[in-house]
Amino acid sequence: MKRKLALFLALVMVFSVFAFGCAKEEAPAGDTAAEGEATETESDVVKVGVFEPMTGANAAGGALEIEGLKLANKLYPEVLGKKVELVIVDNKSDKVEAANAARRLVDKEKVSIVLGSWGSGLSIAAGPVYKDAQVAAIGTSCTNPLVTLGNDFYFRVCFIDSFQGVVMARYANDEVGAKKIAIIQEISNDYSVALSKFFTNEMIRLTGDEDVIVSVSNYNTGDQDFTAQLTNIKNSDAEAIFAPGNFIESALIMKQAKELGLDLPMLGADTWETPEVIEIAKEAAEGAVFSTFFDSEVPLTEETTTFLDAYRAEYGADVEPAAVTALAYDAYLVALDAMERAGTTTDTVAIRDAVAETSMFPGAAGIISLDENGDAVKSAIIKVIEDGKFKYKATVEPF
Amino acid sequence: MSIQTFMQHMVNGISLGSLYALLAIGYTMVYGILRLINFAHGDIFMIGTYIAFYAMTAFFLPWWAAFALALVLTAIFGILVERLAYRPLRNSPRISIMISAIGASFLIENLGIVVFGGRPKAFPIAPVFAKIFNFGGVTMVSVQLIIPVVTLVFLAMLVYIVNHTKTGMAMRAVSKDYEAARLMGIDVDVIITFTFGIGSLLAALGGVLWGLKYPQLIPLMGMMPGLKCFIAAVVGGIGSIKGAVVGGFILGLGEILIVALLPSLTGFRDAFAFVLLIVILLVKPSGLMGKTTTEKV
Repeated sequence: MKRKLALFLALVMVFSVFAFGCAKEEAPAGDTAAEGEATETESDVVKVGVFEPMTGANAAGGALEIEGLKLANKLYPEVLGKKVELVIVDNKSDKVEAANAARRLVDKEKVSIVLGSWGSGLSIAAGPVYKDAQVAAIGTSCTNPLVTLGNDFYFRVCFIDSFQGVVMARYANDEVGAKKIAIIQEISNDYSVALSKFFTNEMIRLTGDEDVIVSVSNYNTGDQDFTAQLTNIKNSDAEAIFAPGNFIESALIMKQAKELGLDLPMLGADTWETPEVIEIAKEAAEGAVFSTFFDSEVPLTEETTTFLDAYRAEYGADVEPAAVTALAYDAYLVALDAMERAGTTTDTVAIRDAVAETSMFPGAAGIISLDENGDAVKSAIIKVIEDGKFKYKATVEPF
Repeated sequence: MSIQTFMQHMVNGISLGSLYALLAIGYTMVYGILRLINFAHGDIFMIGTYIAFYAMTAFFLPWWAAFALALVLTAIFGILVERLAYRPLRNSPRISIMISAIGASFLIENLGIVVFGGRPKAFPIAPVFAKIFNFGGVTMVSVQLIIPVVTLVFLAMLVYIVNHTKTGMAMRAVSKDYEAARLMGIDVDVIITFTFGIGSLLAALGGVLWGLKYPQLIPLMGMMPGLKCFIAAVVGGIGSIKGAVVGGFILGLGEILIVALLPSLTGFRDAFAFVLLIVILLVKPSGLMGKTTTEKV
């Protein structure tokens, strides 16, 4: 009897793991129109892979991008007379899982093109999979230069960190006037480390002072206690803190800095534009400044208006879309545009060539022209957190 | 380093260490009774934090009521885990029950993702916990003062229960010799249920305090603290309650001081816990306080 019960319990556990895995696989399919029409044959459907973190440390970012992709799919459900189906896989905010998820998209689902991910490290980990399978991938908000460098199959609709780091360094120098800066970086995150490097180089170039960065402290993804690093910064003569990194950790850094009485300007980057930063850090987030891709107050193209109207109709008039939502929306449009120009939905290499030729494409988050590396060249927006909201501050053109 | 900075680091380390200690007690109690490493302990901690979160945000309970509810419900949850995942395997080889514990841990984590969602939630903080004090350059939030006090109070209560009550005597008897205790008329099942209840209650307590200090909730939040507190329990001498508290403080202070004194090694902060584990296992496998059998639960 006991043995039977044990066996039964073991089965329950095994089953629940499977049920969980399958539930995630099926859930996205339920959101596409294709589900109800079982009579449709395989060739009438174009599978577009969505490669995003739905669980783990980056889940909030992934959720914002999936909103944008679903919205785009709703507005533009067809390409070349075929229905577009989003196949969503969860890369679990984990570099190993990212490669597995990517493999599932290209091997099992046989998608025509892939969109995503939030988080450069995840995209970098999956890059070789897409390259081997010769399937094009369009990055949404992965800003690390290494995502597309040396990979002919990875593109992106956002600017890159060498630009973003410079933008923030110029802001720190011109607007904040800080001559001593402390950096606190997420050492296990390619995105954060690269941004720190570009920021440091530009600060040194601008000030001519080799010691402008007074300290660089590290933390790991998932850390929750930063009091030791912040106490060290408090003890230094830093006038501002540059803290690029994942939004959960950044929010806790802001909160703990305030609790330690460390009242310095906080500078960051695009990851900070998630509602969770304000929810978790509350008033400690006030005054934080970061660079991002897009602001709904300054429409950039006609597509911006279409996107904003659709977004507000879907999620309520008082909800502001995040920049990454607009970028994900754009990635979807670029993918469809490429398939139309290539005249095929199955020849993945032809689709890749068409993506590479994308030029002056009007997206919701600005005009998209891809350079020889497959990176979009576009302007950056600087935002500040005020009264619990993200407020537009300035636009910085590419240089 | 100035004296203020050093004191600030100590304050930070003690509050982190107290949180580790609360969780480590749960590991050590269950091990003392069942010789089982309860791998689901970190996830029970997560459940406790989420219960408090929903009690405050969905049912609008005041914080004290929400915390009390979280402690009670989490204790019941811990007892249920024991009933369903461990009790049926009690007479099986020890490896089976350990694998069952790992299974329970994954099950709870994944259920957490399905039920609570993967996006982080912000734990609401009552103003009484967020007051900022400044003692001659050392800054403290009220919750940082509350955490060590709560830990020590509960430790004292627990030590009293174990050493000076009838139930405590039964617990010690079960931990010494399971069969003999049964022959002496002790209801072993009741004692084990009680142990899991207390351990889970302390996990929930650690959880709400954790939420007040680090107000972001994700379903996998119990993983790393769970591992570290297991290490704290081993370092202190698994089976010993005082040892678990000592281990928790060593780990918390060690983590803070490694960042404070050797900033270039901050990336290896998590490694500190594991290196400590290896060193202890090599030098003194029974842990710092492992031999003092009188404190075994």
